[in-house]
Amino acid sequence: MLIYAIRRLVATIPVMAIVALFVFSLLYLAPGDPATIIAGDQATLEDVERIRVSLGLNEPFVMRFCHWIWRILHGDLGVSIFSNQPVTLMIAQRIEPTVSLMVLTLVISVLIAVPLGVIGAWLQGSLVDRLVMVFAVLGFSVPVFVVGYVLAYFFALELDWLPVQGFTPINAGFWPFLRQLILPAVALGLIYVALIARITRAAMLEVLSQEYIRTARAKGVGQPQLLFFHALKNAAVPIVTVIGIGVALLISGTVVTESVFALPGLGRLTVDAILRRDYPVIQGVVLLFSFVYVLVNLAVDLIYKLFDPRIRY
Amino acid sequence: MTTPQDVAVADALPALFPTVRQRGRIAIFIRRHPTIVVGGAFLLALLLIAVFAPWLGTVDPTALAPARRTRPPSAQYWFGTDMLGRDVYSRVLFGTRVSLFVGFSVAILASTIGLLIGIIAGFVRPLDTILMRVMDGLMAIPGILLAIALMALTRGSVANVIIAISVSQIPQVARLVRSGVLTLREQPYVEAAIASGTRLPKILWLHVVPNALAPLAVQATFICAAAMITEATLSFLGAGTPPSIPSWGNIMAEGRAIWQVKPYIVFFPAIFLTITVLAVNMLGDGMRDALDPRLAKSI
Repeated sequence: MLIYAIRRLVATIPVMAIVALFVFSLLYLAPGDPATIIAGDQATLEDVERIRVSLGLNEPFVMRFCHWIWRILHGDLGVSIFSNQPVTLMIAQRIEPTVSLMVLTLVISVLIAVPLGVIGAWLQGSLVDRLVMVFAVLGFSVPVFVVGYVLAYFFALELDWLPVQGFTPINAGFWPFLRQLILPAVALGLIYVALIARITRAAMLEVLSQEYIRTARAKGVGQPQLLFFHALKNAAVPIVTVIGIGVALLISGTVVTESVFALPGLGRLTVDAILRRDYPVIQGVVLLFSFVYVLVNLAVDLIYKLFDPRIRY
Repeated sequence: MTTPQDVAVADALPALFPTVRQRGRIAIFIRRHPTIVVGGAFLLALLLIAVFAPWLGTVDPTALAPARRTRPPSAQYWFGTDMLGRDVYSRVLFGTRVSLFVGFSVAILASTIGLLIGIIAGFVRPLDTILMRVMDGLMAIPGILLAIALMALTRGSVANVIIAISVSQIPQVARLVRSGVLTLREQPYVEAAIASGTRLPKILWLHVVPNALAPLAVQATFICAAAMITEATLSFLGAGTPPSIPSWGNIMAEGRAIWQVKPYIVFFPAIFLTITVLAVNMLGDGMRDALDPRLAKSI
C-alpha cells in the first residue's frame, strides 16, 4: 500500500511538470511580444522594458523555465506586476473564502447527491427516479452564475432570508460565516450534485442486480440497511472517482461563483488578474488549482481499497 | 385462387402509399427517442432564430439610445433596454448567433484535433506515452481556468475564444478515440488489412475512422454544450467575446452591475442560454442512448 502510494505520487511528477511547462509557455504561445501585451496599450517603452527585465524575458527560454521551476520549488511564485506583492502572499490572503466555499459545497453536494442517486436506483422508473434524472440533465445545462443570480434573487432579495453578497471570516463566528456561504455553495453545488447523483444511480443499478443483494434480501435485511450498507459500499468506487473528477467543476465554478457573490477569494483574484493582465498571479493560481486537482485525484485512487478490499495495487 | 396478377398487385400496394410507412417510422422514432426529437426541434428553432435574427422584429443590437435607458419589458421593448438604451430583445436574438457559432466551431475543432491525436497515439506506439502524458497534463488544468489563462494573453476575439475553449476539450476526445483505436487494432479485419500490406493511412481512413465516428459524435454534442456555457462564462467574467459583439455572456456581464434593481437584463439571456444548452444536452443523451441501448437503461 505504502509502496503503491509512493509510486503514484512519483507518477504525478511528470503530469505536474507538463502542467508547469504549459502554464509557463502560455506567455510565449500568445502572438506578439509578451512584455508589450502585459504592459497594455498605454505603456511607454520604458514600462515595456521594465516588465521585460522583471519577468526575465531577456534570457533564453530554457534558462527562464529552469529558473522559474527552481523558484517555485522554493515556494516562490514571483511578484505581481500590478501590486508588487509576492504572489504567494496574495494567494494566502485570499485562500480562506475559496477553501471554505469548496469544502462546504463538497459536503453539501455529496450529502444530497448520493441519497438522491440511491433512491433513484431503488425506485427505478418511478416518478422520483424520473425527477432525479431530469434534475441531473438540467443541472448540466444551467451555468453556475445563472443559478447564483436566481438563488440570490429569490432567497436574498425577495425573501430576505440570507445575505445577498459578501463573506464573513470564520473567526467572526460560525453561524454568520455559514449564512453567507449557503447560497454560493448551493449555486456552485448544483452541477456537482447532478453529476454525482447520475453516477451513483448508475453504479447502484449495477450492484442491485447482483446475486448477493438477492441473498441479503432473502435473509431479511431491511431496505435502508440493504441500500446504504450492502449496496452503496460496493457501488462506491465509481462514485468516489466521479467526486474526485468533479473537483475540476468546483474549481472552475468557484472562479465564477466568487464573482457573483462578491467573495474575496482566489477566483476573484484570478478574474482581477486577467483584467489587469497580471501574469505571475494567473500562472500562480492556475498552477495551485491544478496541483490541488491532481492531489485530490491521487487521494481518490488511494482510498479505493477502503471501499473495495478486492482491489490490489 | 391467387393468380400472378394478384400477387403483383399486392406487392405494388405498399409502394402506392409510401407516406404511410414513412409516417409510421417517424412515429416509432419519436416514441423511441423522445429526447433526440425534442432537443433537435429546439436546436432547429434556435438555428432559425440565429439565421433570421435581422427579420424577427429586431433593431440594430448595438444602437445606443441614452434617453431610453433601463426601460422594463414592454410592448415596444419586449425584453426591456439596458443601461445604454440598447434593445435587449434584439441583443439576445443576435446573441444566439455567437453562442451557436462558438458551440459548433469548438465541437468540430476539438473533435477533429482530438481524433487525430487519438489515432496517432493509438497506432504509433512510440508517440503514445508522450502524447498521452501531455493530454494528462492538459486535463489536470480545470477547463475554465485554462481558457481564462489563454484569453488573458490574447486579444479578445471570437476566434480566440473558440481556440481557448477547444484546447481544454481536446484531451477528452483524444482519450476516447485512443481507447477505441486500441480495441480496434486487435480486430481480425484490421489485422488482416495490416497482413495484406494495406498502407497505414488507408487502414486508418477505411477501418478506424468510421468506427470511431459514432461515439465521437456523441462526445462532440456534449462538447458543444460545454463550449456554449464556457463562452458565456468567459464573456461574463470579461475575458471572452469582445464587448462590442452582443453575446449572451456580454449582455449578462453588462446587466450584472444593476441586476438587483433590473434583473430582467440578466434574466432573458440566461433563459436563452439554458434552453440552448439543455437542447444540445438532450440531443447528446438521446444519441448516446440510441447508439448504445444497453447503457441507456442504467445511466
